[in-house]
Amino acid sequence: MEEIALLLASALNSGTVLAIAALGLLINERAGVVNLGAEGMMLCAALAGFATVVATGSTPLGLLAGMLAGAALAALFGWLAIWLNTNQYATGLALSLFGSGFSAFAGTAYVQAKLPEQGQFAIPGLADLPLIGPALFRQHPVVYLAAALTLALAWWLYRSRAGLVLRSVGESPESAHALGYPVRRIRLLAVLAGGALCGLAGAYVSTVYTPLWVEGMIAGKGWIALALTTFATWRPARVLLGAYLFGAVTMLQFHLQGVGVHVPAQFLTMLPYLATIVVLVLISRRPQWIRLNMPASLGQPFHPGS
Amino acid sequence: MFRLEARPQPSVWWRYASPLLALGLTVLVGLTLFVLLGKDPLRGLQVFFWEPLRTPYALGELMVKATPLLLIALGLAVCFRSNIWNIGAEGQFVLGAITAGGVALLAGPDSGRWMVGAVLLAGIGGGMAWAAITAWLRDRYHANEILVSLMLVYVAVQLLAYLVFGPWKDPLGYNFPQTRTFEAAARVPRLFDGMRVHLGLPLALLAVAGVWVYLFRTLAGFAQQVGGLAPAAARYAGFSSRRALWVALLLSGGLAGLAGALEVAGPLGQLTPHVPAGYGFAAIIVAFVGRLHPVGMTLSAVLMSMFYIGGELAQSRLGLPKSITGVFQGLLLFSLLACDTLVAYRIQWRK
Amino acid sequence: MNSIARLELTDITKRYPGVVANDGIALTVAPGSIHALLGENGAGKSTLMKIVYGVVQADGGQMRFNGQPVTVRSPHEARALGISMVFQHFSLFDTLTVAENVWLGLDRHFSLREVTERIRAKASEYGLEVDPRQPVHTLSVGERQRVEIVRALLTQPQLLILDEPTSVLTPQAVDKLFVVLRQLAAEGCAILYISHKLHEIRALCHECTVMRAGRVVAHCDPTLESDASLSRLMMGAEPAVLPPPARAPGAVVLELQRLSLDSEEPFGTALREVALQVRSGEVLGIAGVSGNGQAELLAALSGEDRRAPSGSVRLGGADLSRAGPRQRRALGLHFVPEERLGRGAVPALGLAQNLLLTRDDAVGPLGWLRLGALRAQAEAIIARYQVKAAGPDAAAKSLSGGNLQKFIVGREIDGTPKVLVVSQPTWGVDVGAAAHIRSAILALRDAGCAVLVVSEDLDELFELSDRLQVIAGGRLSPSVPRAQATVELIGAWMSGLWQDQDKKESGHVQA
Repeated sequence: MEEIALLLASALNSGTVLAIAALGLLINERAGVVNLGAEGMMLCAALAGFATVVATGSTPLGLLAGMLAGAALAALFGWLAIWLNTNQYATGLALSLFGSGFSAFAGTAYVQAKLPEQGQFAIPGLADLPLIGPALFRQHPVVYLAAALTLALAWWLYRSRAGLVLRSVGESPESAHALGYPVRRIRLLAVLAGGALCGLAGAYVSTVYTPLWVEGMIAGKGWIALALTTFATWRPARVLLGAYLFGAVTMLQFHLQGVGVHVPAQFLTMLPYLATIVVLVLISRRPQWIRLNMPASLGQPFHPGS
Repeated sequence: MFRLEARPQPSVWWRYASPLLALGLTVLVGLTLFVLLGKDPLRGLQVFFWEPLRTPYALGELMVKATPLLLIALGLAVCFRSNIWNIGAEGQFVLGAITAGGVALLAGPDSGRWMVGAVLLAGIGGGMAWAAITAWLRDRYHANEILVSLMLVYVAVQLLAYLVFGPWKDPLGYNFPQTRTFEAAARVPRLFDGMRVHLGLPLALLAVAGVWVYLFRTLAGFAQQVGGLAPAAARYAGFSSRRALWVALLLSGGLAGLAGALEVAGPLGQLTPHVPAGYGFAAIIVAFVGRLHPVGMTLSAVLMSMFYIGGELAQSRLGLPKSITGVFQGLLLFSLLACDTLVAYRIQWRK
Repeated sequence: MNSIARLELTDITKRYPGVVANDGIALTVAPGSIHALLGENGAGKSTLMKIVYGVVQADGGQMRFNGQPVTVRSPHEARALGISMVFQHFSLFDTLTVAENVWLGLDRHFSLREVTERIRAKASEYGLEVDPRQPVHTLSVGERQRVEIVRALLTQPQLLILDEPTSVLTPQAVDKLFVVLRQLAAEGCAILYISHKLHEIRALCHECTVMRAGRVVAHCDPTLESDASLSRLMMGAEPAVLPPPARAPGAVVLELQRLSLDSEEPFGTALREVALQVRSGEVLGIAGVSGNGQAELLAALSGEDRRAPSGSVRLGGADLSRAGPRQRRALGLHFVPEERLGRGAVPALGLAQNLLLTRDDAVGPLGWLRLGALRAQAEAIIARYQVKAAGPDAAAKSLSGGNLQKFIVGREIDGTPKVLVVSQPTWGVDVGAAAHIRSAILALRDAGCAVLVVSEDLDELFELSDRLQVIAGGRLSPSVPRAQATVELIGAWMSGLWQDQDKKESGHVQA
């Protein structure tokens, strides 16, 4: 029983990383921009966060540094893809490649560094409930933040005028432009928000989740977050649920090993990636469904005056 | 501020000038970076652009590095021109290395010279098979090839790790994760004494010619590219998008697999966890900087090799981490994308 | 009646690379007046209206609104002044509801509930049937236009601009629209009505400004003019005299029988029991308001959609239902699609390379491309069809709409088809090229080819066709010879009214 509670807790923790990154990507994809640079942004943010905590000892500052790093890289991407109308896919890829190269380069000094001890978090009272206490209420504040963010984003997207404007830009930037909305500025803001959230997720990995720095430590979570946004059909609640499920799959490998299942470690490590492929296949089977839910202008460049 | 105005016809001049401008920008940023890091910028320039060309041996090393980059990039060019985003060439490279290595391990001291052929064919087959997974999932289930091929990279790397830590580990290797060194019969022959340049180079040049003819002189190549330029026009013309998908992925998978086979049966001589060197990703940059054109990519493959070798030299001579190569690669691609805007748009300065 | 003009334009000029879209335009619109802006495609009407509405900035000239000089820098500013515009191509968002769409178009900060109420009020005031809670993708084209109009009305406009509003309407829906516009004008709103449809302008408008090639060429009272005189003003010459009708048509070449096919698109129209025959030496015209199954029918004909039931598509007896476009071309069926750039031609490629899409004369064994022969072939077509292009390697997107259309039509006719299917042959094409294309089609007919023309332009169909049919709701009407077809009849059929007997099965008709 306790095993399940622990698995649940670790799934939530692991899923939070994916959730925050995917929610960020959801925002910019809702505006019609696909940023394949998620992995690169998360890596640079992880480094920025780690370096900041090493220098200041403050985790919140580290997380903030991560958000800024993510937003800065997103700004570069946004300038190229939105203002210079470069191919969004190629530019995003460039960002990922650059991000992984740069973080590896700039991070060499931090490979052996250690972070100060983290405190244990627990919500008083709730944390002592049987089973759900250890499962749900002993998490780092960022985990609760992810859930709150999901609710806030869902409300904002569907019930506020600003969210409506964002969705309309994603569906038809030409029509939004004809109505007089500053399409490029809106897209840029969405991209910045997406970058900041990816940055938060990346910094969380290196400062809280596994407090260390290693080249390539994001290990594909940025890409999985991209996939997650698609198969959650761009809805915040589904993103969160999907992220937690993925967290569970990722954590499963450790628990299986602990339980004594004799599968070579490498195959268990493959699990999240294989799971991503499987879910992708299941979701994509009916292209009509994706097309109905997808922001119609996703990936397409927009040039006012055309 | 400036404004962008669409050109009626893409600028031919800028199409050739843009990669050069991008390179210039990258060098500029690189020099600045050297200065910021307290290193002599001229030394930096020398290490990256002069040392790799100085001696015949250095040129040979350049070709050794350029060969896999060029092979993979050729396949990727066909893919990208067809609007099929095969990002998982690294995984296909690894699978090619695995299958080639598997066949190479079968060779004994008395095996015939034909083993090399078998090894290379196995590599091609392995890469194709891995790419075929992506093709099939997209063909049958409309699964996005970017994500599938990328996930398969991680799977391939784990598969390699399993093999070299497990069943294929050299029993005489002091428990290091590596296979035994391959027999001479299974190794890719070198072209010249004293240099590591091997059979892969002429194979790559052959592939350059083949891909050029395919893309620019055959109806099949034309049909392939229309699918990437204007899918509705391809449908109107009756060009099969399914065939385009399979051709692109199998071709690039095969070329990536061949590159993997050449690496492990050539310079490396065995399988280790370090086989995935990032060539599959660097090749993406080679492809773009080379304008997705076989001749252009030959030049950009050499350029990218200079970055690799320069990075290694920067580590030994200047004390900078080798990963500086990755920074320059990424910068080059960014600059190229930005400079490419000038091909389709004219800049107008607003008063 | 106020003597200050609602809108006054003086010497408005706008240049684009290679063309002067507006050259010294002068225009005055009085309050309460319905003022027509008449001109052929490419005359510069849309550009002028985009300037008035702030989407585009003029290079020179002045604009006065209610006597005050103004500069309109964005649609936002235009709306603030009281200028409202209903575009030819709607700026509506499919996945949002009517109310949400209208809300986005209003600048002041109402809540969604208030907007919904106002929509209902305004719609009933003008007799427009609009349900605010419906998602836009479920609406027909005519219904969508009503949403656009309600949205414009809710801004209490002093000047309403309508850009080719009736191209998507049946004749009956046009009458309903005119009632709304007259009511609006009577209340003092000035209306700018852009069109190239002569009888509508004469029926509706008080004044008319005629534009040609970017300039104002005439100003008149349309109620005093005839179609012929307006046409002369618009085109600067007598309308072309058409060649006499061809000799009697020959055998049936193309036949569709009981073609029923669901659409591949989520918001498409299913085809139901479509039947038609085209004989050699005749032109069959298919009329219909956009969105009634034309795209699906054309895809089934061209081979882009190969799911048609066996036996439903026959060419000279051969069953083509499952054949792809290349097989169909090999048997003599050629197709000119309505989208030139992106479907009929690849924008970034040269004209010679674009030949390879549908013609393989220059392709040798093993698919080897004979580039010299290809270029020569392209040059021949360019010369024969008077295509203004920089050469056979000019990028398709560098050509004007009319010239590219001439090339594409020429490319297909040059393949000596037995059947030519053409969709919207002169949409967005300038006068000269349109005349050229129409006469090329008629010449082809006279040479014995069977021609099928699908068009939303009734005038064009009446000009070209020997027989007419109407597509509505995915079904095809019976055919009627040109001599017996009238606008009223075709208009009624566009609403699906040939199916009096099986009303309950007639399905959702776009009207």
